[in-house]
Amino acid sequence: MSSLLVADTVSKSFGGFTALNGVSIEVPKGSIFGLLGPNGAGKTTLIRIINQITMPDTGHVQLDGAALAQHHIRDIGYMPEERGLYKSMKVGEQVLYLAQLKGLDKSEAKKRAKYWFEKLEIGNWWGKKIQELSKGQAQKIQFVVTVMHNPKLLIFDEPFSGFDPINANLIKDEILQLREEGATVIFSTHRMESVEELCDHIALIHKSNKILDGEINHIKRQYRNNTFEVGVEVDKDAFAKAESQLISKFQTTPAQFKSLGEELKLRIQLGDQGSPNALLQELQSYGQVTHFVEVIPSVNDIFIQTVNQSL
Amino acid sequence: MSVLSLIIKREYSARVRNKSFLIMTFLSPLIIVGMVMLITYLTQLNSDTKRTIAIVDDSGLFAASFSNTDQTTYLNLSDQGFDTAKELAEKDEYYGLIHIPKDRKTLVDQVKFYGKETPSFGLVEAIEKKIEKRLTNQNLIERGVDLDVLETSKINIDLSIENYSGEKSSKMSNWIKAAFGGAAGYLLMMFIIIYGNMVMRSVIEEKTNRIIEVIISSVKPFQLMMGKILGTTLAGVTQFAIWVILGIIMLTVAQAVFGIEPSSTTAMSSEAQAIASDPDKITEVVEEVMKLPLLQLVIGFLIYFVGGYFLYSSIYAAIGAAVDNETDTQQFMLPIIMPLMLAIYVGFFAVIDNPHGTVATVFSIIPLTSPIVMLMRIPFEVPMWQLALSVFLLIGSFVFTVWFGSKIYRVGILMYGKKPTYKELFKWLRY
Repeated sequence: MSSLLVADTVSKSFGGFTALNGVSIEVPKGSIFGLLGPNGAGKTTLIRIINQITMPDTGHVQLDGAALAQHHIRDIGYMPEERGLYKSMKVGEQVLYLAQLKGLDKSEAKKRAKYWFEKLEIGNWWGKKIQELSKGQAQKIQFVVTVMHNPKLLIFDEPFSGFDPINANLIKDEILQLREEGATVIFSTHRMESVEELCDHIALIHKSNKILDGEINHIKRQYRNNTFEVGVEVDKDAFAKAESQLISKFQTTPAQFKSLGEELKLRIQLGDQGSPNALLQELQSYGQVTHFVEVIPSVNDIFIQTVNQSL
Repeated sequence: MSVLSLIIKREYSARVRNKSFLIMTFLSPLIIVGMVMLITYLTQLNSDTKRTIAIVDDSGLFAASFSNTDQTTYLNLSDQGFDTAKELAEKDEYYGLIHIPKDRKTLVDQVKFYGKETPSFGLVEAIEKKIEKRLTNQNLIERGVDLDVLETSKINIDLSIENYSGEKSSKMSNWIKAAFGGAAGYLLMMFIIIYGNMVMRSVIEEKTNRIIEVIISSVKPFQLMMGKILGTTLAGVTQFAIWVILGIIMLTVAQAVFGIEPSSTTAMSSEAQAIASDPDKITEVVEEVMKLPLLQLVIGFLIYFVGGYFLYSSIYAAIGAAVDNETDTQQFMLPIIMPLMLAIYVGFFAVIDNPHGTVATVFSIIPLTSPIVMLMRIPFEVPMWQLALSVFLLIGSFVFTVWFGSKIYRVGILMYGKKPTYKELFKWLRY
């Protein structure tokens, strides 16, 4: 799979402050790419460079194999973190205006707007002014504006902030469908858990530097440490003994998960102490095993671990 | 359609469809006509008030000096004596009492006006003149001068003015030139302030609405800024055109219905009044207007109007981009208002007094003041090299401020939260 977007050692500083320090990312075609990192890490600066809002001091950006140029704005749909529309302009006019700025001609813009308004069931908002809509409703318009020109690359900065759960789900489904139809999606957020399950590639940015990137499963395999959450139904008399035996034999921490009975619950970090199968066999000797799950590190955990390592 | 024309179209319709724009456009001429009528009415009211001034003339010299006018009745109470007359004047609420003592030698220092309130400057001067004239004449007679001889020997000169190539001009033509230039300069200043502010507010609006980032991911900030300036300008031109048409209609109607002649009211000089009341003079005015360098005037007006407006409105746009809300704009307004004010003052004092003097010449070449000052000078015929230099500098600095403005604009529109200082604005230029 080839890359739709390539940023090559991009640096940007504002006065004495370095916002991006030689960051390189590659976004594969058709992927959902998570650009993750805490607030102030440099995510928005990178996105603005991709959108040609600011120019990088050094480094290059390529879209679809060609150096970034003015005409590429048509290939990108960008929903910034700071959402906004003209308050006193009518919804329909506004959507058409913004679509035309992206290079659609008026009749084409009308056709696509109609399609989206029907799809999201917001057709009767056409003649309303934005200030008459609720915040969530305005966000839907914002989404339509972002995707209407069928861009190859969709960029969402803090995608689900401000949406209520129902609308967030709706928008999420729409984005996934757009991906099915061939769009590439970049999610940028500091709330890593919110996009984790959606992304298949991620890049972690911390204090202007990229600290980690790649395919998410690959990264997670790298960071797995043979930890399992287990639940065993043990007789009441043997419970304390079993618990102390396991704790003394393995590196454990208390585990919490939902279950129907009063199982012995533990999180066991095997490390290089044998295989999961051996552990399972051992657990079976204590009683009925009801729960046996590998603990996959969350992106958040990986992030914290990586930051700590790099310190 | 190109992106720029799309932006211009949006900005134009956003301005024109705004309710306050409609109200301002259609209400302002009504207000102005109303004001003219009110002022006319008040002026008439003012001149209708009659007042009585009592005179106690102990010297007996001035019996013939104080003749009644439409507004003022002089009441000679000399035979009642000063004390009784003063009591009477106070009781009957006369406007004032003039007391002229007996002795002609000391009279000069001792003549007095009594009144409830301080009399107007004009009245004091009129009374002084009357007494002065009478005493001067008396002196002349006593020294053996025949007043008739003196009167007939007076000569009045009207200097006729002509330049080396034989074109005649007159005081009146100077007056007309000043009026033309002054009106053009003033119009430009008003236009810059009103529509520059509009540009600024529309930039701030985009910032506070947070739509700015969506827009500039589609267009270049420079395009957005220029579109904004041009769209707002067109809206302004529309408004002015409507005003001119409405104004003409309303004044015609007002004249026909109420028989009020606006030209005979307040602000005009006595010369203008003389013109308005004399048909010969009206044709003379028309002739003088035709003699003005009309083509140069129109072209000059267009160039300076456009250049000056762009120069300032790009500064306005930059200011709008630098701040978060309108209250924060105050600290940056000084660099705009100062040169405008300076230009207007230079225009109304230096140019009208001496159109080709050093002050007028210098300020008509310096870019920030040149649009207004040069517009005022053009009717007086400016040397070609000065015009060329001034236009050249104006275009140069217009390009510079647009560049400068768009630099600040580009950075400023994405900056939220803190009020920038001049130092920071300077830093933005290098981002």
